[in-house]
Amino acid sequence: MPVVETSNLQKSFGDHRVLDGVDISVAEGTVFALLGPNGAGKTTVVNILSTLVRADGGSASVAGHDVAREPVAVRAAISVTGQFSAVDALLTGRENLTMMARLSRVPRHEIGAVVEKALARFDLVDAADRRSGSYSGGMARRLDIAISMLAMPRVLFLDEPTTGLDPRSRQGVWEFVRELVGEGVTVFLTTQYLEEADRLADRIALLDGGRIVADDAPAALKRLVGSDIVEATFADGRVACYPTDGSLDDIKRTILGLEDATHVTVRNPSLDDVFLTLTGKSPKQVTGKVAA
Amino acid sequence: MSAYALTDSSVMIGRSLRHTTRNFDSLFIGIFLPVMLLLLMTTVFGGAVSGTAGDYVTYVVPGVLLLCAGYGASMTAMSVTTDMKEGIVDRFRTMNVLPSAVLTGHVVASVARNLVSVGIVIATAYAIGFRAAAGPLGWLAAIGLIVLLIFAMSWASAAFGLVAKTPEGASSFGFFLLFLPYLSSAFVPIDTLPGWLQPIATAQPFTPLNESIRGLLLGNPIGNSGWAAVAWCLGILVVSGFTASALWRRTRR
Repeated sequence: MPVVETSNLQKSFGDHRVLDGVDISVAEGTVFALLGPNGAGKTTVVNILSTLVRADGGSASVAGHDVAREPVAVRAAISVTGQFSAVDALLTGRENLTMMARLSRVPRHEIGAVVEKALARFDLVDAADRRSGSYSGGMARRLDIAISMLAMPRVLFLDEPTTGLDPRSRQGVWEFVRELVGEGVTVFLTTQYLEEADRLADRIALLDGGRIVADDAPAALKRLVGSDIVEATFADGRVACYPTDGSLDDIKRTILGLEDATHVTVRNPSLDDVFLTLTGKSPKQVTGKVAA
Repeated sequence: MSAYALTDSSVMIGRSLRHTTRNFDSLFIGIFLPVMLLLLMTTVFGGAVSGTAGDYVTYVVPGVLLLCAGYGASMTAMSVTTDMKEGIVDRFRTMNVLPSAVLTGHVVASVARNLVSVGIVIATAYAIGFRAAAGPLGWLAAIGLIVLLIFAMSWASAAFGLVAKTPEGASSFGFFLLFLPYLSSAFVPIDTLPGWLQPIATAQPFTPLNESIRGLLLGNPIGNSGWAAVAWCLGILVVSGFTASALWRRTRR
Protein backbone atom coordinates (compact mmCIF):
# COMPACT_ATOMS: atom_id res chain seq x y z
CA MET A 1 0.00 0.00 0.00
CA PRO A 2 1.44 3.40 -0.95
CA VAL A 3 2.40 5.66 1.96
CA VAL A 4 1.58 8.81 -0.01
CA GLU A 5 -1.20 8.79 -2.55
CA THR A 6 -3.10 11.51 -4.40
CA SER A 7 -5.89 11.17 -6.90
CA ASN A 8 -7.02 13.90 -9.28
CA LEU A 9 -5.71 16.64 -6.97
CA GLN A 10 -6.99 20.10 -7.92
CA LYS A 11 -6.02 23.52 -6.61
CA SER A 12 -6.51 27.04 -7.91
CA PHE A 13 -5.45 30.36 -6.45
CA GLY A 14 -7.96 32.86 -7.81
CA ASP A 15 -8.11 32.36 -11.58
CA HIS A 16 -4.78 30.62 -11.63
CA ARG A 17 -5.12 26.84 -11.80
CA VAL A 18 -2.00 25.48 -10.10
CA LEU A 19 -2.87 21.78 -9.91
CA ASP A 20 -5.08 20.26 -12.55
CA GLY A 21 -5.52 16.61 -11.65
CA VAL A 22 -2.34 15.36 -10.01
CA ASP A 23 -2.00 11.62 -9.36
CA ILE A 24 0.92 10.47 -7.24
CA SER A 25 1.73 7.19 -5.55
CA VAL A 26 4.78 6.71 -3.33
CA ALA A 27 5.87 3.33 -1.95
CA GLU A 28 7.04 3.12 1.65
CA GLY A 29 10.78 3.36 2.23
CA THR A 30 11.57 4.93 -1.15
CA VAL A 31 12.65 8.35 -2.35
CA PHE A 32 10.12 10.05 -4.58
CA ALA A 33 11.13 13.18 -6.46
CA LEU A 34 8.63 15.69 -7.75
CA LEU A 35 10.48 17.56 -10.43
CA GLY A 36 9.42 20.75 -12.11
CA PRO A 37 10.40 24.30 -12.95
CA ASN A 38 9.72 27.23 -10.65
CA GLY A 39 6.00 27.87 -10.33
CA ALA A 40 5.00 24.37 -11.46
CA GLY A 41 3.07 23.78 -8.23
CA LYS A 42 5.53 21.52 -6.40
CA THR A 43 5.24 23.44 -3.14
CA THR A 44 1.45 23.45 -3.42
CA VAL A 45 1.50 19.64 -3.58
CA VAL A 46 3.69 19.51 -0.46
CA ASN A 47 1.47 22.05 1.32
CA ILE A 48 -1.63 19.97 0.62
CA LEU A 49 0.04 16.73 1.70
CA SER A 50 1.37 18.34 4.90
CA THR A 51 -2.11 19.73 5.84
CA LEU A 52 -1.10 23.38 5.33
CA VAL A 53 -3.43 23.98 2.40
CA ARG A 54 -6.72 22.38 1.45
CA ALA A 55 -7.18 20.97 -2.04
CA ASP A 56 -10.14 22.21 -4.10
CA GLY A 57 -10.82 18.73 -5.42
CA GLY A 58 -9.53 15.18 -5.57
CA SER A 59 -8.15 13.28 -2.62
CA ALA A 60 -4.82 12.82 -0.86
CA SER A 61 -3.70 10.48 1.85
CA VAL A 62 -0.48 10.16 3.85
CA ALA A 63 0.32 7.10 5.98
CA GLY A 64 -3.19 5.82 5.34
CA HIS A 65 -4.94 8.97 6.59
CA ASP A 66 -6.90 11.42 4.47
CA VAL A 67 -5.17 14.81 4.71
CA ALA A 68 -8.43 16.78 4.83
CA ARG A 69 -10.40 14.56 7.22
CA GLU A 70 -7.63 13.34 9.53
CA PRO A 71 -5.01 16.11 9.61
CA VAL A 72 -3.98 15.29 13.19
CA ALA A 73 -3.07 11.70 12.27
CA VAL A 74 -1.25 12.90 9.16
CA ARG A 75 0.79 15.46 11.12
CA ALA A 76 1.81 12.78 13.59
CA ALA A 77 3.35 10.76 10.74
CA ILE A 78 5.24 13.48 8.88
CA SER A 79 8.00 16.05 9.09
CA VAL A 80 8.36 18.94 6.70
CA THR A 81 11.44 20.88 5.72
CA GLY A 82 10.07 23.72 3.69
CA GLN A 83 11.59 25.61 0.83
CA PHE A 84 12.47 28.51 3.09
CA SER A 85 14.42 28.00 6.24
CA ALA A 86 12.05 27.10 9.06
CA VAL A 87 14.33 27.71 12.00
CA ASP A 88 13.99 30.43 14.60
CA ALA A 89 16.71 32.95 13.75
CA LEU A 90 16.74 34.52 17.23
CA LEU A 91 17.25 31.20 19.00
CA THR A 92 20.48 29.21 19.08
CA GLY A 93 20.76 25.87 17.30
CA ARG A 94 20.42 24.02 20.59
CA GLU A 95 17.39 26.11 21.64
CA ASN A 96 15.74 25.46 18.28
CA LEU A 97 16.22 21.71 18.65
CA THR A 98 15.06 21.68 22.28
CA MET A 99 11.93 23.66 21.43
CA MET A 100 11.08 21.41 18.50
CA ALA A 101 11.78 18.26 20.50
CA ARG A 102 9.23 19.37 23.10
CA LEU A 103 6.68 20.21 20.41
CA SER A 104 7.39 16.86 18.73
CA ARG A 105 6.41 15.09 21.98
CA VAL A 106 9.85 13.69 22.72
CA PRO A 107 9.61 12.53 26.36
CA ARG A 108 11.00 15.22 28.64
CA HIS A 109 13.84 13.19 30.16
CA GLU A 110 15.09 12.17 26.71
CA ILE A 111 15.18 15.67 25.22
CA GLY A 112 18.74 16.51 26.32
CA ALA A 113 20.19 13.34 24.82
CA VAL A 114 18.11 13.58 21.64
CA VAL A 115 19.26 17.16 21.06
CA GLU A 116 22.95 16.36 21.65
CA LYS A 117 22.72 13.42 19.26
CA ALA A 118 21.11 15.59 16.58
CA LEU A 119 23.79 18.28 16.99
CA ALA A 120 26.54 15.69 16.60
CA ARG A 121 24.93 13.91 13.67
CA PHE A 122 24.34 17.06 11.66
CA ASP A 123 27.74 18.52 12.50
CA LEU A 124 26.40 21.45 14.49
CA VAL A 125 28.15 20.93 17.85
CA ASP A 126 30.51 23.91 17.46
CA ALA A 127 27.66 26.21 16.40
CA ALA A 128 25.14 24.87 18.93
CA ASP A 129 25.14 27.98 21.11
CA ARG A 130 25.19 30.55 18.35
CA ARG A 131 21.97 32.12 17.09
CA SER A 132 20.79 30.26 14.03
CA GLY A 133 20.33 33.61 12.26
CA SER A 134 24.11 33.76 11.97
CA TYR A 135 24.37 30.32 10.33
CA SER A 136 25.45 29.85 6.72
CA GLY A 137 22.88 28.50 4.26
CA GLY A 138 24.26 24.98 4.55
CA MET A 139 24.27 25.03 8.37
CA ALA A 140 20.73 26.41 8.54
CA ARG A 141 19.57 23.68 6.18
CA ARG A 142 21.29 21.02 8.31
CA LEU A 143 19.56 22.40 11.40
CA ASP A 144 16.30 22.38 9.46
CA ILE A 145 16.67 18.71 8.57
CA ALA A 146 17.90 17.87 12.09
CA ILE A 147 14.65 19.34 13.44
CA SER A 148 12.63 17.27 10.96
CA MET A 149 14.33 14.10 12.15
CA LEU A 150 13.82 14.63 15.89
CA ALA A 151 10.70 12.52 16.09
CA MET A 152 11.63 9.99 13.36
CA PRO A 153 8.77 10.59 10.90
CA ARG A 154 7.34 7.94 8.60
CA VAL A 155 7.33 10.41 5.72
CA LEU A 156 9.79 13.28 5.38
CA PHE A 157 8.88 16.08 2.97
CA LEU A 158 11.87 17.99 1.64
CA ASP A 159 10.76 20.96 -0.43
CA GLU A 160 13.72 22.04 -2.58
CA PRO A 161 16.21 21.08 0.12
CA THR A 162 19.32 22.22 -1.75
CA THR A 163 18.08 25.39 -3.45
CA GLY A 164 20.64 28.12 -2.79
CA LEU A 165 23.24 25.79 -1.30
CA ASP A 166 26.84 25.53 -2.44
CA PRO A 167 27.91 22.23 -4.06
CA ARG A 168 29.53 20.87 -0.91
CA SER A 169 26.48 21.51 1.27
CA ARG A 170 24.36 19.97 -1.46
CA GLN A 171 26.45 16.80 -1.32
CA GLY A 172 25.98 16.79 2.46
CA VAL A 173 22.20 16.98 2.18
CA TRP A 174 22.21 14.16 -0.37
CA GLU A 175 24.20 11.98 2.02
CA PHE A 176 21.72 12.65 4.83
CA VAL A 177 18.81 11.76 2.58
CA ARG A 178 20.41 8.42 1.68
CA GLU A 179 21.09 7.68 5.35
CA LEU A 180 17.50 8.46 6.30
CA VAL A 181 16.14 6.16 3.63
CA GLY A 182 18.45 3.48 5.00
CA GLU A 183 16.60 3.88 8.30
CA GLY A 184 13.27 3.22 6.63
CA VAL A 185 12.01 6.80 6.20
CA THR A 186 10.05 7.58 3.05
CA VAL A 187 11.34 10.78 1.47
CA PHE A 188 9.11 12.98 -0.67
CA LEU A 189 11.46 15.40 -2.39
CA THR A 190 10.73 18.35 -4.64
CA THR A 191 13.46 19.80 -6.73
CA GLN A 192 14.14 21.81 -9.82
CA TYR A 193 17.55 20.17 -10.19
CA LEU A 194 17.38 17.25 -12.55
CA GLU A 195 20.70 15.94 -11.29
CA GLU A 196 19.38 15.86 -7.74
CA ALA A 197 16.33 13.81 -8.67
CA ASP A 198 18.50 11.48 -10.76
CA ARG A 199 20.94 10.87 -7.90
CA LEU A 200 18.46 10.37 -5.07
CA ALA A 201 15.13 9.18 -6.32
CA ASP A 202 13.76 5.71 -6.91
CA ARG A 203 10.97 7.29 -8.83
CA ILE A 204 10.60 10.68 -10.50
CA ALA A 205 7.43 12.49 -11.46
CA LEU A 206 7.57 15.51 -13.71
CA LEU A 207 5.09 18.23 -12.84
CA ASP A 208 4.27 20.66 -15.61
CA GLY A 209 1.21 22.81 -16.22
CA GLY A 210 -0.49 21.41 -13.13
CA ARG A 211 -0.23 17.80 -14.29
CA ILE A 212 2.15 14.90 -13.94
CA VAL A 213 3.56 14.53 -17.44
CA ALA A 214 5.81 11.57 -16.64
CA ASP A 215 6.22 9.23 -13.69
CA ASP A 216 8.82 6.50 -13.76
CA ALA A 217 12.23 5.29 -12.58
CA PRO A 218 15.07 7.63 -13.62
CA ALA A 219 16.52 5.08 -16.06
CA ALA A 220 13.15 4.47 -17.69
CA LEU A 221 12.58 8.21 -18.08
CA LYS A 222 15.92 8.54 -19.79
CA ARG A 223 15.02 5.74 -22.21
CA LEU A 224 11.98 7.76 -23.26
CA VAL A 225 14.13 10.25 -25.11
CA GLY A 226 15.88 7.57 -27.06
CA SER A 227 19.57 7.14 -27.68
CA ASP A 228 22.64 9.36 -28.00
CA ILE A 229 22.26 13.10 -28.19
CA VAL A 230 24.34 15.58 -30.13
CA GLU A 231 24.85 18.81 -28.21
CA ALA A 232 26.13 21.72 -30.26
CA THR A 233 27.46 25.10 -29.18
CA PHE A 234 27.20 27.93 -31.68
CA ALA A 235 29.29 31.01 -32.22
CA ASP A 236 26.71 33.22 -30.52
CA GLY A 237 26.86 31.03 -27.39
CA ARG A 238 23.56 29.26 -28.06
CA VAL A 239 23.45 25.58 -27.10
CA ALA A 240 21.11 23.12 -28.83
CA CYS A 241 20.48 19.40 -28.47
CA TYR A 242 19.67 17.01 -31.32
CA PRO A 243 18.38 13.53 -30.55
CA THR A 244 19.66 10.70 -32.74
CA ASP A 245 18.75 7.06 -33.09
CA GLY A 246 22.20 6.12 -31.85
CA SER A 247 23.50 4.79 -35.15
CA LEU A 248 26.82 6.12 -36.45
CA ASP A 249 25.11 7.22 -39.65
CA ASP A 250 22.52 9.29 -37.84
CA ILE A 251 25.08 10.91 -35.54
CA LYS A 252 27.31 11.75 -38.50
CA ARG A 253 24.40 13.14 -40.47
CA THR A 254 23.33 15.28 -37.52
CA ILE A 255 26.79 16.70 -36.94
CA LEU A 256 27.39 17.41 -40.62
CA GLY A 257 24.14 19.38 -40.67
CA LEU A 258 25.49 21.77 -38.01
CA GLU A 259 27.63 23.93 -40.22
CA ASP A 260 28.00 26.96 -37.97
CA ALA A 261 28.56 25.03 -34.71
CA THR A 262 31.82 25.79 -32.94
CA HIS A 263 31.78 22.80 -30.61
CA VAL A 264 29.95 19.46 -30.65
CA THR A 265 29.63 16.68 -28.06
CA VAL A 266 27.85 13.34 -28.25
CA ARG A 267 26.44 12.12 -24.95
CA ASN A 268 23.87 9.89 -23.27
CA PRO A 269 20.46 11.45 -22.66
CA SER A 270 20.12 13.25 -19.32
CA LEU A 271 17.03 14.20 -17.36
CA ASP A 272 17.28 17.60 -18.98
CA ASP A 273 16.53 15.93 -22.25
CA VAL A 274 13.62 14.05 -20.73
CA PHE A 275 12.28 17.35 -19.60
CA LEU A 276 12.69 18.88 -23.01
CA THR A 277 11.03 15.96 -24.74
CA LEU A 278 8.06 15.75 -22.39
CA THR A 279 7.26 19.39 -21.71
CA GLY A 280 8.44 21.03 -24.91
CA LYS A 281 10.39 23.51 -22.82
CA SER A 282 14.12 23.79 -22.93
CA PRO A 283 15.57 22.93 -19.55
CA LYS A 284 18.22 25.57 -20.26
CA GLN A 285 15.45 28.13 -20.28
CA VAL A 286 14.20 26.68 -17.05
CA THR A 287 17.55 26.95 -15.29
CA GLY A 288 18.10 30.38 -16.83
CA LYS A 289 14.84 31.56 -15.29
CA VAL A 290 15.88 30.27 -11.90
CA ALA A 291 19.23 32.00 -11.99
CA ALA A 292 17.66 35.34 -12.96
CA MET B 1 -3.90 17.06 21.79
CA SER B 2 -5.23 18.89 24.83
CA ALA B 3 -2.78 16.92 26.99
CA TYR B 4 -0.05 18.99 25.37
CA ALA B 5 -1.84 22.35 25.56
CA LEU B 6 0.24 23.40 28.56
CA THR B 7 3.52 22.17 27.04
CA ASP B 8 2.85 23.93 23.76
CA SER B 9 1.82 27.17 25.42
CA SER B 10 4.79 27.22 27.77
CA VAL B 11 7.21 26.41 24.92
CA MET B 12 5.80 29.30 22.88
CA ILE B 13 5.86 31.67 25.85
CA GLY B 14 9.53 30.78 26.39
CA ARG B 15 10.20 31.38 22.71
CA SER B 16 8.54 34.80 22.68
CA LEU B 17 10.27 35.85 25.91
CA ARG B 18 13.65 34.96 24.40
CA HIS B 19 12.73 36.96 21.31
CA THR B 20 11.93 39.97 23.49
CA THR B 21 15.26 39.95 25.30
CA ARG B 22 17.18 39.45 22.03
CA ASN B 23 15.39 42.08 20.02
CA PHE B 24 17.00 45.46 20.48
CA ASP B 25 13.99 47.38 19.15
CA SER B 26 11.54 45.90 21.59
CA LEU B 27 13.92 46.43 24.50
CA PHE B 28 14.51 50.02 23.49
CA ILE B 29 10.81 50.75 23.08
CA GLY B 30 9.98 48.88 26.27
CA ILE B 31 12.44 50.71 28.50
CA PHE B 32 13.64 53.94 26.95
CA LEU B 33 10.43 55.24 25.43
CA PRO B 34 8.23 55.16 28.58
CA VAL B 35 10.88 56.96 30.63
CA MET B 36 11.36 59.62 27.95
CA LEU B 37 7.60 60.09 27.70
CA LEU B 38 7.24 60.62 31.41
CA LEU B 39 10.13 63.08 31.55
CA LEU B 40 8.75 64.91 28.51
CA MET B 41 5.30 65.19 30.02
CA THR B 42 6.52 66.46 33.36
CA THR B 43 9.59 68.60 32.71
CA VAL B 44 8.61 70.02 29.32
CA PHE B 45 4.81 70.30 29.43
CA GLY B 46 4.30 70.23 33.20
CA GLY B 47 4.97 73.90 33.84
CA ALA B 48 2.66 75.07 31.06
CA VAL B 49 -0.21 72.75 31.90
CA SER B 50 -0.28 73.03 35.64
CA GLY B 51 1.87 75.96 36.73
CA THR B 52 4.48 73.79 38.41
CA ALA B 53 6.01 70.60 37.09
CA GLY B 54 5.65 68.94 40.49
CA ASP B 55 1.82 69.07 40.60
CA TYR B 56 1.53 67.77 37.09
CA VAL B 57 3.62 64.68 37.96
CA THR B 58 0.89 63.55 40.30
CA TYR B 59 -1.79 64.22 37.71
CA VAL B 60 -0.04 62.68 34.72
CA VAL B 61 1.65 59.50 36.00
CA PRO B 62 -1.50 57.32 35.66
CA GLY B 63 -1.92 58.55 32.09
CA VAL B 64 1.69 57.80 31.19
CA LEU B 65 1.27 54.33 32.67
CA LEU B 66 -1.75 53.74 30.39
CA LEU B 67 0.03 55.19 27.38
CA CYS B 68 3.02 52.89 27.91
CA ALA B 69 0.85 49.86 28.57
CA GLY B 70 -1.31 50.46 25.50
CA TYR B 71 1.49 51.37 23.12
CA GLY B 72 3.74 48.63 24.46
CA ALA B 73 0.97 46.08 23.94
CA SER B 74 0.53 47.27 20.35
CA MET B 75 4.07 46.04 19.59
CA THR B 76 2.49 42.57 19.63
CA ALA B 77 0.95 43.34 16.21
CA MET B 78 4.40 43.79 14.68
CA SER B 79 5.88 40.73 16.32
CA VAL B 80 2.92 38.60 15.12
CA THR B 81 3.10 39.93 11.54
CA THR B 82 6.85 39.36 11.44
CA ASP B 83 6.41 35.86 12.81
CA MET B 84 3.75 34.94 10.27
CA LYS B 85 6.24 35.62 7.49
CA GLU B 86 8.70 33.10 8.92
CA GLY B 87 8.84 29.54 7.67
CA ILE B 88 8.79 28.34 11.25
CA VAL B 89 5.10 29.17 11.72
CA ASP B 90 4.25 26.94 8.76
CA ARG B 91 6.35 24.25 10.34
CA PHE B 92 4.33 24.57 13.57
CA ARG B 93 1.19 24.11 11.48
CA THR B 94 2.47 20.83 10.07
CA MET B 95 2.97 19.57 13.63
CA ASN B 96 0.24 18.84 16.14
CA VAL B 97 0.90 22.04 18.04
CA LEU B 98 -1.99 23.68 19.89
CA PRO B 99 -3.19 26.27 17.33
CA SER B 100 -3.48 29.16 19.79
CA ALA B 101 -0.09 28.51 21.41
CA VAL B 102 1.94 30.77 19.11
CA LEU B 103 -0.35 33.73 19.79
CA THR B 104 -0.48 32.93 23.50
CA GLY B 105 3.32 33.12 23.49
CA HIS B 106 3.28 36.56 21.91
CA VAL B 107 0.60 37.86 24.28
CA VAL B 108 2.16 36.52 27.49
CA ALA B 109 5.58 37.86 26.48
CA SER B 110 3.93 41.22 25.80
CA VAL B 111 2.38 41.24 29.27
CA ALA B 112 5.75 40.41 30.86
CA ARG B 113 7.64 43.00 28.80
CA ASN B 114 5.15 45.74 29.50
CA LEU B 115 4.98 44.99 33.21
CA VAL B 116 8.72 45.67 33.29
CA SER B 117 8.08 48.96 31.43
CA VAL B 118 5.34 49.88 33.90
CA GLY B 119 7.72 49.12 36.78
CA ILE B 120 10.36 51.37 35.24
CA VAL B 121 7.86 54.19 34.75
CA ILE B 122 6.73 53.92 38.38
CA ALA B 123 10.35 53.96 39.61
CA THR B 124 11.13 57.00 37.43
CA ALA B 125 7.97 58.72 38.64
CA TYR B 126 9.07 58.26 42.25
CA ALA B 127 12.50 59.59 41.38
CA ILE B 128 10.99 62.85 40.07
CA GLY B 129 8.62 63.38 42.99
CA PHE B 130 5.50 61.27 42.43
CA ARG B 131 4.02 59.94 45.65
CA ALA B 132 1.08 57.52 45.73
CA ALA B 133 -1.37 57.62 48.61
CA ALA B 134 -2.52 54.06 47.86
CA GLY B 135 -2.15 51.19 50.30
CA PRO B 136 -1.20 47.67 49.18
CA LEU B 137 -4.78 46.95 48.07
CA GLY B 138 -4.98 50.09 45.98
CA TRP B 139 -1.66 49.26 44.31
CA LEU B 140 -2.78 45.70 43.68
CA ALA B 141 -6.03 46.88 42.09
CA ALA B 142 -4.23 49.47 39.93
CA ILE B 143 -1.60 47.01 38.72
CA GLY B 144 -4.31 44.39 38.14
CA LEU B 145 -6.19 46.81 35.95
CA ILE B 146 -3.04 47.67 33.99
CA VAL B 147 -2.30 43.96 33.46
CA LEU B 148 -5.86 43.47 32.21
CA LEU B 149 -5.43 46.38 29.80
CA ILE B 150 -2.11 45.03 28.49
CA PHE B 151 -3.65 41.58 28.11
CA ALA B 152 -6.70 42.88 26.21
CA MET B 153 -4.71 45.24 23.99
CA SER B 154 -2.11 42.53 23.27
CA TRP B 155 -4.83 40.19 22.00
CA ALA B 156 -6.34 43.02 19.95
CA SER B 157 -2.86 43.72 18.54
CA ALA B 158 -2.31 40.04 17.81
CA ALA B 159 -5.57 39.97 15.81
CA PHE B 160 -4.50 43.12 13.96
CA GLY B 161 -1.09 41.59 13.35
CA LEU B 162 -2.73 38.60 11.64
CA VAL B 163 -4.62 40.93 9.28
CA ALA B 164 -1.72 43.28 8.51
CA LYS B 165 0.34 42.38 5.47
CA THR B 166 3.62 43.96 6.57
CA PRO B 167 5.23 44.79 9.93
CA GLU B 168 5.09 48.47 8.89
CA GLY B 169 1.33 48.16 8.42
CA ALA B 170 1.04 46.36 11.75
CA SER B 171 2.82 49.22 13.52
CA SER B 172 -0.04 51.57 12.62
CA PHE B 173 -2.06 49.93 15.39
CA GLY B 174 0.44 51.50 17.77
CA PHE B 175 -0.42 55.02 16.62
CA PHE B 176 -4.05 54.35 17.43
CA LEU B 177 -3.14 53.27 20.96
CA LEU B 178 -0.61 56.09 21.24
CA PHE B 179 -3.19 58.81 20.49
CA LEU B 180 -6.29 57.42 22.15
CA PRO B 181 -5.12 58.28 25.70
CA TYR B 182 -4.64 61.92 24.65
CA LEU B 183 -8.37 62.08 23.93
CA SER B 184 -9.21 61.03 27.48
CA SER B 185 -8.82 62.47 30.95
CA ALA B 186 -5.24 61.18 31.08
CA PHE B 187 -3.36 64.40 30.33
CA VAL B 188 -5.90 67.19 30.68
CA PRO B 189 -9.29 67.37 32.45
CA ILE B 190 -12.12 66.53 30.06
CA ASP B 191 -13.95 69.81 30.76
CA THR B 192 -11.07 71.70 29.16
CA LEU B 193 -11.67 69.92 25.82
CA PRO B 194 -13.89 71.42 23.08
CA GLY B 195 -17.55 70.64 23.62
CA TRP B 196 -17.90 68.29 20.66
CA LEU B 197 -14.91 66.22 21.82
CA GLN B 198 -16.10 65.79 25.40
CA PRO B 199 -18.68 63.02 24.73
CA ILE B 200 -16.08 61.10 22.70
CA ALA B 201 -13.50 61.45 25.45
CA THR B 202 -16.00 60.34 28.08
CA ALA B 203 -17.21 57.34 26.09
CA GLN B 204 -13.84 55.80 25.24
CA PRO B 205 -12.14 53.14 27.38
CA PHE B 206 -9.09 55.16 28.40
CA THR B 207 -11.16 57.62 30.44
CA PRO B 208 -12.62 55.09 32.91
CA LEU B 209 -9.25 53.30 32.95
CA ASN B 210 -7.44 56.51 33.76
CA GLU B 211 -10.00 57.64 36.34
CA SER B 212 -9.75 54.26 38.09
CA ILE B 213 -5.97 54.11 38.16
CA ARG B 214 -5.58 57.74 39.22
CA GLY B 215 -8.19 57.25 41.94
CA LEU B 216 -6.65 54.01 43.17
CA LEU B 217 -3.10 55.39 43.27
CA LEU B 218 -4.04 58.72 44.88
CA GLY B 219 -6.47 57.11 47.29
CA ASN B 220 -9.56 58.89 45.92
CA PRO B 221 -12.97 57.25 45.36
CA ILE B 222 -13.34 55.86 41.83
CA GLY B 223 -17.12 55.43 41.63
CA ASN B 224 -18.24 53.25 38.76
CA SER B 225 -15.19 53.88 36.62
CA GLY B 226 -13.49 50.74 37.97
CA TRP B 227 -16.30 48.51 36.72
CA ALA B 228 -16.50 50.39 33.45
CA ALA B 229 -12.75 49.91 32.94
CA VAL B 230 -12.95 46.19 33.73
CA ALA B 231 -15.94 45.78 31.41
CA TRP B 232 -14.14 47.56 28.56
CA CYS B 233 -11.03 45.40 28.97
CA LEU B 234 -12.95 42.13 29.25
CA GLY B 235 -15.03 43.06 26.21
CA ILE B 236 -11.95 43.86 24.13
CA LEU B 237 -10.26 40.70 25.42
CA VAL B 238 -13.13 38.36 24.50
CA VAL B 239 -13.79 39.88 21.07
CA SER B 240 -10.06 40.04 20.18
CA GLY B 241 -9.35 36.57 21.51
CA PHE B 242 -12.06 34.99 19.37
CA THR B 243 -11.18 37.12 16.35
CA ALA B 244 -7.49 36.25 16.62
CA SER B 245 -8.23 32.53 16.96
CA ALA B 246 -10.56 32.58 13.94
CA LEU B 247 -8.01 34.56 11.89
CA TRP B 248 -5.24 32.16 12.89
CA ARG B 249 -7.22 29.21 11.56
CA ARG B 250 -8.00 31.08 8.35
CA THR B 251 -4.60 32.62 7.71
CA ARG B 252 -3.10 29.95 5.51
CA ARG B 253 -1.17 30.49 2.38
